[in-house]
Parts: sequence; structure tokens; C-alpha cells
Amino acid sequence: MKTAFERTNGLKDVDTHYCPGCTHGIIHRLVGETLAEMGALERTVGVASVGCSVLSYDYFNCDMTQAAHGRAPAVATGVKRVLPDDRLVFTYQGDGDLASIGMGEIVHSAARSENITVIFVNNAIYGMTGGQMAPTTLMGQKTATSPLGRSSAAQGLPIRVSEMLATLDGTTYIERVSTHDVAHVMKAKKAIRKAFDTQEKNKGFSMVEILSTCPTNWGLTPEESLQWVKDEMIPYYPLGIYKDLREER
Amino acid sequence: MKQELIIAGFGGQGVMSMGQLLAYAGMKEGKHVSWLPSYGPEQRGGTANVSVVISDKEVGSPVIDKPTSVIALNNPSFEKFEPMLIEGGDLFTNSNLVDISSKREDIYFLPVPATEIAKNLKMERVAGMVLLGAFITKTKVLSKDSLLEALINVLGEKKKHLIGVNEEAILAGENLIEKKLFLTK
Amino acid sequence: MGKVLMKGNEVIGEAAIHAGCYYFFGYPITPQSELVAYMAKRLPEVGGLFLQSESEVSAINMVYGAASAGKRVMTSSSSPGFSLKQEGISYLAGAELPAVIVNVARGGPGLGNIQPSQSDYFQVTKGGGHGDYHTPVLAPANLQEIIELTSDAFRIADQYRTPVILLGDGMLGQMMEPVEFNEKTETGDNFMKDWATTGTEGDGLPKVITSLDLNDVKLEQRNHRLQAKYRKIENNETKVEVKNVEEADYVIVAYGTVARIAHSAIEKARQDGIKVGLIRPISLWPFPKKIISDTSKNVKAILTVEMSAGQMVEDVRLAVEGKSPVSFYGRTGGIIPTVDEIYREILKLGKGVTS
Ligand SMILES: Cc1ncc(C[n+]2csc(CCOP(=O)(O)OP(=O)(O)O)c2C)c(N)n1
Repeated sequence: MKTAFERTNGLKDVDTHYCPGCTHGIIHRLVGETLAEMGALERTVGVASVGCSVLSYDYFNCDMTQAAHGRAPAVATGVKRVLPDDRLVFTYQGDGDLASIGMGEIVHSAARSENITVIFVNNAIYGMTGGQMAPTTLMGQKTATSPLGRSSAAQGLPIRVSEMLATLDGTTYIERVSTHDVAHVMKAKKAIRKAFDTQEKNKGFSMVEILSTCPTNWGLTPEESLQWVKDEMIPYYPLGIYKDLREER
Repeated sequence: MKQELIIAGFGGQGVMSMGQLLAYAGMKEGKHVSWLPSYGPEQRGGTANVSVVISDKEVGSPVIDKPTSVIALNNPSFEKFEPMLIEGGDLFTNSNLVDISSKREDIYFLPVPATEIAKNLKMERVAGMVLLGAFITKTKVLSKDSLLEALINVLGEKKKHLIGVNEEAILAGENLIEKKLFLTK
Repeated sequence: MGKVLMKGNEVIGEAAIHAGCYYFFGYPITPQSELVAYMAKRLPEVGGLFLQSESEVSAINMVYGAASAGKRVMTSSSSPGFSLKQEGISYLAGAELPAVIVNVARGGPGLGNIQPSQSDYFQVTKGGGHGDYHTPVLAPANLQEIIELTSDAFRIADQYRTPVILLGDGMLGQMMEPVEFNEKTETGDNFMKDWATTGTEGDGLPKVITSLDLNDVKLEQRNHRLQAKYRKIENNETKVEVKNVEEADYVIVAYGTVARIAHSAIEKARQDGIKVGLIRPISLWPFPKKIISDTSKNVKAILTVEMSAGQMVEDVRLAVEGKSPVSFYGRTGGIIPTVDEIYREILKLGKGVTS
């Protein structure tokens, strides 16, 4: 018999707490696989943020440290700067964590061209706390704190993080990908590999923004959620590479 | 009179709203009530429980360490709360979902085939009401009328048409206790 | 208005609106998120403003702004987020701005968990941020009392121009009880805020709100003024519930939800003929020192029960000044002490065992 599919050594052999249909699990796998394929698990330190992925320290099969809400890029800076250059350091952050409370930390880490890799999971909502509005919540989207739907007058407009960070001279590699179907999942993995390679070659700040689902708080089925990413999120958050200075640096 | 009830099951089984109905009905009867949920991530998919105190006197602790009644909707809840029940307490289970029975001799064990009854009423969701019907009949803590009033309040105008089937479910629960039908399977 | 069944977090929101607070700035965090969601829904209905800030740091500074403009304003959080508000609270105290800040506390330190806890006692009662200041702290034990104390909190804030803390815990925030709102709540109309920065409209000199004073003499004067204000608050705003203390051999000191559990344990002990009373501080600052001091002369022992490793007990000991033994029982990490546990501690008092 031929093995068609195996667990990756990049993740610990445990069950995750994620809801059915949430793509955090897929993204974990992509990151874990990438680090395993790079043979980097034993020299990687991940920084878990505060959000549904807070327990990712139980899942990634490498050293992990857990940061205060929004501060993961600052913590990653501290880890990266004091360890030998061959260590890979990544943060794993949700949109509330990265683009709301942690906007200061992410912008300045990017501006300093910190040689870290940011895995940015954009699900357009606060998952962990039960479905409140995020900076990435779409116009008209109903959440616990935008009960009438997000309006520009009341809540302002969604932030396109990849585009914004790409304007900073400090950033080296930035790509937005999605997980709504198999082809896009494969592309997402390639992007993650490129981001870690950027760091491996000491080329500075890299980030992959990954559009993700939250069936529980969107009030959709897992299938509808994938469709929602495709129909609603991608038009506002176009996929693609926003910055690639890997050759120049 | 003081009832300290724990209702426990999986998240999504309506545990919280069952408790809320009782608390509301108790309030309408002028009793002192409190409703305290287990909360947080464990609610999602995991086990959920709610503590409801209905009393003639001011409610001291809303936390229940020694329930006078337990309604268990799955095996883990049964295993967790059955030993906590006071001597002479009432243990209700949805016997279609809980396949263990109590070995305690000092409590009333009341397995109610609530899902089966609800299915016969063509609405599986009213299984909880069957159990509440059994609960208020056995403990006499609240009248059927106040439970119905609570239900009408919760369902609101839009779901008014569901009152009939819910009432039937409550009656079925009442019937089980009065005729001791729960003893025969 | 009759009785309604509501969650504690929602009661805080509705109580604030009844107290004339139409401005709320907040950030989600369990176990207080229902309060934020409630304000998001309710405030627009009554012509008020709800804004989700990007962080607790900005929420408290939005509060600083709205308070400067003379409005009744509130923000809320739970322990980790409350820590982030400390800088802003120090500025509010320094600039003498009225505001109400809610902490629905949870287990710590750090990210801790989301279960109820009282381990923020030091932080809320001893200032919390930098500089010499105090904030009045009110700690309701049931949902009806939330209504009364929320209104009180706004009144104290306006009367003394100070930030006021409303301290609850996850249990209080998440539980439901029947409550009744009084239509005649004070809504702050009688407070003249002639110090507010609203634009001079050509009327008088420009006003300044600041906590900065580079001149040391003047800053000391400001501190003296603050301290005089705190003495006044201590004299006028100490709140405490006392039950069965006169003929008691033993007294339990507990606040908030723990006081309810302690009360159940006390009832049990009294049934067994043990004479136990309860002192429940309602204002944690100012702390009801006098009643505790007086009581300590007449009892055999005092037991303090908290959901912490022992914080309020330090204030109890300071008040008792050795006049009676003071023992402590606490649970941490979000574990709630049970009636039986407290009852056993009461029995230990009788045996002269103190910890
Ligand atoms: C200082 C602080 N404020 C608020 C919180 C509560 N909190 C936990 S997770 C979270 C938002 C998570 O949303 P996001 O980053 O989008 O991640 P997701 O859960 O959707 O994966 C918040 C506000 C906290 N833990 N600490």
C-alpha cells in the first residue's frame, strides 16, 4: 500500500480546538509543513498571539512563546534580535490582534524591516471573543458590535493590511492568499515558503496575509463560508504579491 | 422552598435557554432566582451547563455545589453531576441520549425518553420542554402556567405558532411523572 | 417598570444609560463582551454614541476626550484590558476628569483565563497607574445593586471630578437575575461642568485641562488638593453592608460575589449555633476601616475570603491593627470558593486555627 497522506511533523500529534469549517487548522498545517520541509523546526521560535489561535503553542511542533494581545511582532523582535541568525522567528496573528490593538507593533516591525515572518490570518471578525467587528470587517457586515452592519459613518472603512504595509520601505515580501479551495491552499503554501525563505536569507520583513473562514461567528455553514471568502472577501481583498524585493535586497 | 438545579449537556442542545425559561418563570411567580452559565470557549462544541436557583428567599450563592436537581443531556454531564446531587434529589436524564443509569439509592432517578417523545410531536427541538415539564411536575417548584408564560415571552410574536407543540411537550413531561411512566421504558 | 431578567453585563449598560451616560468607548474582551455588544445596540437607539476603539489604550483616551468635553462617559474591560487603561486612568485622575471605568475581572496574571476572579483588588484600590492617586471603587454583589452603584459611580465621578471604578467579576457579568430599573435615577443634569473644554464661544477665557505642572511647587499644591479631595471622599463615600455583627463571635469580611457565597456559609453556621457575622465592603476604596476596626474589638476572630491569593486581607489587617486574629481563605485561577469550603474555614476559627 502506498501512503497518500501523512501527518506533518511540523504539528504536534494532538486534536485542535478549532470549530468545524474554520481554516485556522489548514493554515497551521501549511506553516508546520513548510518548517518541516525546510528542516527548520528545531531552530524556529513561533510567537502565538491572542485570538482563536492563542493555543497554537500547543499545536506547532517547535518552540513557542505567547504574547499579549497585539504585541506579537514586538515579542518576535526581541526573540529574533537576541538569538543567532539561523533561527527562524514567526508570529501567527489574527486581524483583530494585528490590525486593531497591534497596529503600532506591526507597522514598526515592518518599518524596521525586522527579519521575521508574519502569518496574518484575516477572517474579517473577532473569533475568540464571540464575533465582534474587526478592522477588516467588510462594509455592511453584521457583527456583535456592528449590529446594523458596518457603515462608513459609524465604524469607518476596512483596512487592507497588505497594501498598507507594502508602502513601507522596510518590507521585503508581502503576499495575500486564500484558503477557500485546494488550488488556493497550494498557492498559500508556496507563499508561506517564500516568506520563510526571505527570512532564511536575511532579507528582512516578510508577511503572508491569508483569507480565512469563521463559520461560527459569520453564522454560515463551512461550505457557505468558503463561498463567502470567494464572493465577498476576495473582491475587497484582492489576492496577489504586494511586495517582492527578495532579489534587490 | 429552594431548588438548585443544574442543567448540563453539549453546547447547542438548548441548555442555556432551558435554564432561562425556568428563571423567567420563577421571576414571574415573584420568587428569587439566579441563572449562572458555564461560559467561554468550552461552550463551542464542548459541554455546557447552567445553574438555576429558584427560592422563596434571597439567593445567596448562585454557584451550586450540591444541586437538588440535575437534568443531564449527555453521558459526560451525567457522570459529572450525578455524584453531586443531594440525598433525596432528582436526577432527570434524556434517556435517548444518556445510556447510563444511576446506582445511587438515595436519589430519584428519572430517565425521560425526551427525544423520542419530541419526535412523536414532530419537532425534535422540544425535547427540552418535555424534560422541563417533568421537572416542574416532580419538584412542584413552578406552575405549568408560568412556564408557558415564560415560553410565550421567549418565543415572541414571530414564533407564536410554536407554542402549541411546546405546550404538548410540557404536558407529555408532566404526564410521565404523574403516571410514573418513566419507570417503564 | 416591572422586573426584567438580564445578564449582569447588560445590566451595567442599561444602568449607565439610566444614569445619563450616552457615550461609551470599548474593546471586546471576555467575560465583559456582552456589555460592549449591548452598548453597540442600545446607545444608537437612545441617541447616544458607541464606538469600538482599536484598543483599550485608545478607549480610555477617548473617554478622556469625552470627559474633557463635559459628558458622562464610560468604558469597560476585563483584567488584561483594564491593565492597559491604567495609564489613561492616571491621566484622568491627574486632570481631575469624571468617568466610570468598569472591570469585569477574570483570572490572572497575564492572559490568565476568563473565569471570575478578584485578583485585581490591589490594582484598582491602590491607584494602579503612576502617581499619587486613588480611584473610588464600587463592588456590587448582585445585579440589582449594579443599578444603584452604577448611578452612584457617575454621581461620585461628577461630584468630585474623579474617575470611578465599578468592579465586578466574570460571575457577576455572566449571571442573570431579575432587576428593576428606577425611572427617577439622577442623570447628572445638576452638575455644572464649567471647566469643560467645549469651545469658548467667545464667553470668558480659554480653559485648559491638563495633568502637567512643570512647576514643582504648583504640582505639589495640586497633589495637596487631590489628597484633600480623597479625604473628603473617605469621609462621605464609604459604603459597607453589615449583617449580624453585634452578637457575633466571628466575622467574615468578603466583597462582591464572594460575599454571597460567604453569606450562604454563614447561614449554615448559624443553623449550627455558631455566631458568625458578615462585613461586606461595597466601596473598596474608600475602605470601611472603622467598622472593621470597631468590630475587631468584640469578636474572637475575623476571616477574610477572596478569589485571590490574599489582597483585601491586607487592608483588613491594617484596619484591625492586631485587635483580633485575622485569617484568610482564597481561591485563585478562576476557581470559586464553595459554601462548604468557607463553612470549614468557619469551623477552623472555632478551633483557634488561623492561617
Ligand atoms: C488586552 C486585551 N484586550 C482584549 C482581549 C480579548 N481578546 C481576545 S482575542 C481578541 C480578538 C481576536 O480576534 P482576531 O485577532 O481577529 O483573531 P481570531 O480570534 O478571529 O482568530 C480579543 C479582543 C485580550 N485578550 N487582551
